[in-house]
Parts: sequence; C-alpha cells; structure tokens
Amino acid sequence: MSTATTTPTPVTAEPHAPAPKRRFRSTAITSRRPGWFTYGSLGIVLVAAIFPFYWSFLIGSGDQSTIYRDLTWIPGGNFLANAATVIDNPAINFWKALSNSVIVSTTTAVSTVVLSTLAGYAFAKLRFKGSGPLLVAVIATMAVPVQLGVVPLYILMQEYGWTGHLGAVIVPGLITAFGVFWMTQYLQQSLPTELIEAARVDGCSMIRTFWHVGLPAARPAASMLFLFTFVTSWNNFFWPFIVLDQQNPTLPVALSLLQANYFVDYSLVLAGVLLATVPLILLFIFTGRQLVSGIMQGAVKG
Amino acid sequence: MTTTPVRRETRSLTARQRLGRLDVKLSPYLYIAPFFIVFGIVGIFPILYTAYISLQDWDLVRNTGEYIGFEHFTWVLQDREFWIALRNTFSIFLLSSVPQILVATFIAYQLDHNLRAKTFWRMGVLLPYVVAPVAVALIFSNMFGDKYGLVNTVLNDLGLNSILWHTDVIPSHIAIATMVNFRWTGYNALILLAAMQAIPRDLYEAAAIDGASSLRRFFSVTVPQIRPTLIFVILTSTIGGLQIFDEPRMYDQTGTGGANKQWLTLTMYLYNTGWGKFDFGRAAAIAWILFLIIVAFSLINFFITRRLVADDASGGKR
Repeated sequence: MSTATTTPTPVTAEPHAPAPKRRFRSTAITSRRPGWFTYGSLGIVLVAAIFPFYWSFLIGSGDQSTIYRDLTWIPGGNFLANAATVIDNPAINFWKALSNSVIVSTTTAVSTVVLSTLAGYAFAKLRFKGSGPLLVAVIATMAVPVQLGVVPLYILMQEYGWTGHLGAVIVPGLITAFGVFWMTQYLQQSLPTELIEAARVDGCSMIRTFWHVGLPAARPAASMLFLFTFVTSWNNFFWPFIVLDQQNPTLPVALSLLQANYFVDYSLVLAGVLLATVPLILLFIFTGRQLVSGIMQGAVKG
Repeated sequence: MTTTPVRRETRSLTARQRLGRLDVKLSPYLYIAPFFIVFGIVGIFPILYTAYISLQDWDLVRNTGEYIGFEHFTWVLQDREFWIALRNTFSIFLLSSVPQILVATFIAYQLDHNLRAKTFWRMGVLLPYVVAPVAVALIFSNMFGDKYGLVNTVLNDLGLNSILWHTDVIPSHIAIATMVNFRWTGYNALILLAAMQAIPRDLYEAAAIDGASSLRRFFSVTVPQIRPTLIFVILTSTIGGLQIFDEPRMYDQTGTGGANKQWLTLTMYLYNTGWGKFDFGRAAAIAWILFLIIVAFSLINFFITRRLVADDASGGKR
C-alpha cells in the first residue's frame, strides 16, 4: 500500500541534481548573492520550524497551571518529572510503544528496500514479457489512497486473528509501489547496461550479476528509500490506529491515548509529545542531509 | 556404443545451455515475484474486495454480506454528514495547499541563492517533516486553544478579540490547515528548489540584459521553468490533502470532528462509519466515493494548474 503523501517525488532526471555551474561570474544584477532579505526571511522560516518544539518544552516543563497563567518564555523545571509521569502511566505503555515503533519501522523499511531493489532491478535492466504493463500497474496504484483498502484489510486481519498484533501493521507495510518505482527509475539512469552484459559474458549467473553489479549500483537510492520508508512508517497513524489497541500500540497510537488520558493537563500531554518526538529528531540530526538530497534528487522534472 | 560418449557430451551441453536459458527467462519473474505476491494480497485484493463489500449489507459476526446493490452509495449521498465532511475536506485542503505552495515557492527561491551553510538552511526547512502528524496536531491544538491558547493570548495582547478556534467553522479549518502547512511547506520547498537549480543561469542573464527586473525574471523565467514540478507538487498535495485524517482526528479529545462536525473530514467520516458504527459495507462505499473524488479532483487540478501557470508566463510576456 503506498502512501503517496509521505514519499519523495519520483526520479525522472539525473540522480545528481545538477546545479549548473555558473560559467561566467555574472554581473551584479543576476548574481545569486544573498542579501539581508534572504537571510532574514529564511531566519523567520527557521524560527517557525523550531518554535512549536520550544512551545511544547515551555508547557511540558511546567505544571498543570502553567497554561492558565500569564505567558512566560522561561521553561519551568518539571520536564523530567512530567516525562516520568507519562512513562510510568500504564495506560500509555510508553516503552512498549517505542519498541513496537522501532520493530515496525525497521522491518518495513528493510523489506521495502530489499523487495523494491530486486523488482526495480528487473524492471530497469532485464527484458521479460509483460514488464511494461506490470510496471504501469505498479505506478497506477501509487495514487490509490490507503483508505480504499482499509475495510477488506481489516476483515482479513480479523479473520486470521491478527488484529492487535504487530503483524497486522508490518505485513501491509512490507512493500510500497513507490519503492519499486523509485528503484526502477534510479537503476535505469545510473546502472550502465554494458556492466551487466560484461558480467554475463564473464559467465556470471543472473543472481550473481545482480549481487555483484546491480546491488552496489543501487546502494545510494536504497539507503534513501530506507530513510523515507522508516520515517513514513514511524509516523503512520491511520491504519495502526484502526488495527492496534491500547495494550500494543505504536508511538502515534500511544500519543493519541495521551490526549484522552490527560486532556486537562497539557504539561503532561506536551511532555509526552516531546518524548515521542526525540527519537526522530535524533535520526534527523544524523541523516537529515541524506533526506534533503533524497528529496531534491527525486524532484528534478518531477 | 561408440556414439554414447559424444551423445552424452552434447546432451550435457544442452542441459547446461537450457539451464542458462531458463535462468535468463525465469530470473526476472523471480525477482519481481516477492513484491507482486505481497502486493496482490495487501494492495490489489483489498481494492477489488472493497468494491464487492460496498454492494453488500455486511454482517460483522458472520463476516459475510447480502447483496443490496448501490443502496450504500445512495444512502451516503443523501446523508447530511457526508456533505459537511466533503465541504470541510475541501475547505481544509484549499486553506492548506494554496498558501503552502505560494510560501514553498518563495522559500525555494530564497534557498536558490549562494547561501552560506546551505545544508543547514535546507535541513532547518525540512525539520518539521520528520515529526508525526499526531504530535504536530497535539502541539497546535494546544496553541490554538479557545481559552488559554498561545494564539488567542497574542491576539488579546494586540488588543484583538479571541477567535474560537475550536468552535467556529473556518477558524478550525485554518488551525488544521496550519498543521498541514507546518509539516509540508519545507518539504515542497526543497522539491521546487531542485527544479529551480536545474534552470540554466543563461536564461536569467539574457532576461537581465533585456532589462527584466528581478520580479519580472521570477515570473517570466523561474515560474515557467519549474512548471512541471509545480504541477507535480500540486497533484501530490491534492491526493494527500483530500485524505486528511490525523490532524483533524487529534484536534480535540473526542476525535469526532467537533460538536457540529465543524472539522469532520471524509476519512474521519469513513472511520466513524466503519469503526464507530461498524457498518463495513457503508464504509467501503465511502472509500470508493472518496477515491473517485480524489481522481476527479486531481484531473481538474491538473488542467487548472496547467492553464494557470501558463497564463502566468504569458501574462509576464504580455
């Protein structure tokens, strides 16, 4: 099932988004030297991007009455205490939710990358009957909303007694149509067919050719696909919310319970929100660079 | 007897060749098979089965249905709540996508300078994207609180009246649209930035030599050049925007879309029908209606934006 909304745009151009080098250092009129206006407006954007986190910390580090008092911009000292209250609440199941999210996101991301690379390699570089129509079928389903399959999927899960189990979330996430599309596009452009032919002439079997030629070439796109699938899966709410329950939630499902449990005490709600957001912020600090280039590489002439 | 070794040799050769040919023929199918097996079960089958269920009066206990034709569809189309949900979905979608694309284009244009620490700025812009919509919704529904929210406090400090973000229709849509914009504007800005960087700089030079101002260069060079990408961004935000669920669902404690269904969206309506009233047949019909709306609206949007962006360019030329 693809979620078209949370995946980067398809690749259609060179994988290295070419910023054409300025051939001549141009006149002042068209030089793209940033002025105070550029830095100023980008600074405002940055503040807007960070502010909600600061606000959460401000409220999340106070106590129940913080929100009713006059605005202060200095955080209180209760954040750890609030976080501990959230973690200790048996209705939230915080550790369970965290480990569930790690399990679900990792397995779906690994499986999506492996299966998409295999299929993408076949679509991009191997000749076989029906490859054209099959690829079109895959692409066509990228635009189909998740909602269309949710009812039968639930009936199916119920039939097999999977509701409430992680498998019900993992199995539909094992593949995405987008992943196949992404890997096909990438390998078409960046893997020269001559390399494959050379390996074949040297006597490599098909699978060895894939292993020694296809896989190394696919690695950059594969790692980006991993990141995007991981983030999407981590944030996914609609389907886990339907099929999982309070005893066995993922983090977003646990977050939704947080509000039902503490709806009067926003200091606890927002402390919990921050707590659940920290893992992804950490991931972003280390991999944000790849996320940025993944989005930009996929975008050109989208 | 003398011929046997020869025969054996040729036979083993052909066997090997045959194996090789089989390898060439079968391998592609083996590589795509795992994907298509899972895809068939969790992708294709549910879509077809939804169509089947939507024509049934579904019995939850026996997990079977009784054929009732298009009754669910006519029921839904006569339901007041459906039309309210449709209105809300469109309203939230417009309030989120239109400003979002304008701002994203602006940010992309600013990022397209020779910035110092450009990775830093790009990452900063993308930061909200990694935060779960549920988390974003909880933070913003607090900031947009009716009584003690930050936004109203600031409004009051400025001498303005409080706005009832959780009571009135349009304000609640604005608050929800703000959550969507928070998460997606930077992401779309990066896509548009990539498109802008692919524009040959000579075009700007030529326009400048012809005396085009920087504003004119933006509308006559930048916008037409990134047109395909703009259309793409608008289409994806249409498909995503019409499915919106997480943010309105988490906008208050009950998740029912407000006292008067002020911010009930189509997907929430689907959820409430399927897992609130446990009417799976009707929920399946809603899913199909939602799908058709998305297809229709994507097509309409595609033609409108193609026209609109083209007009922008020719308007620049005059």
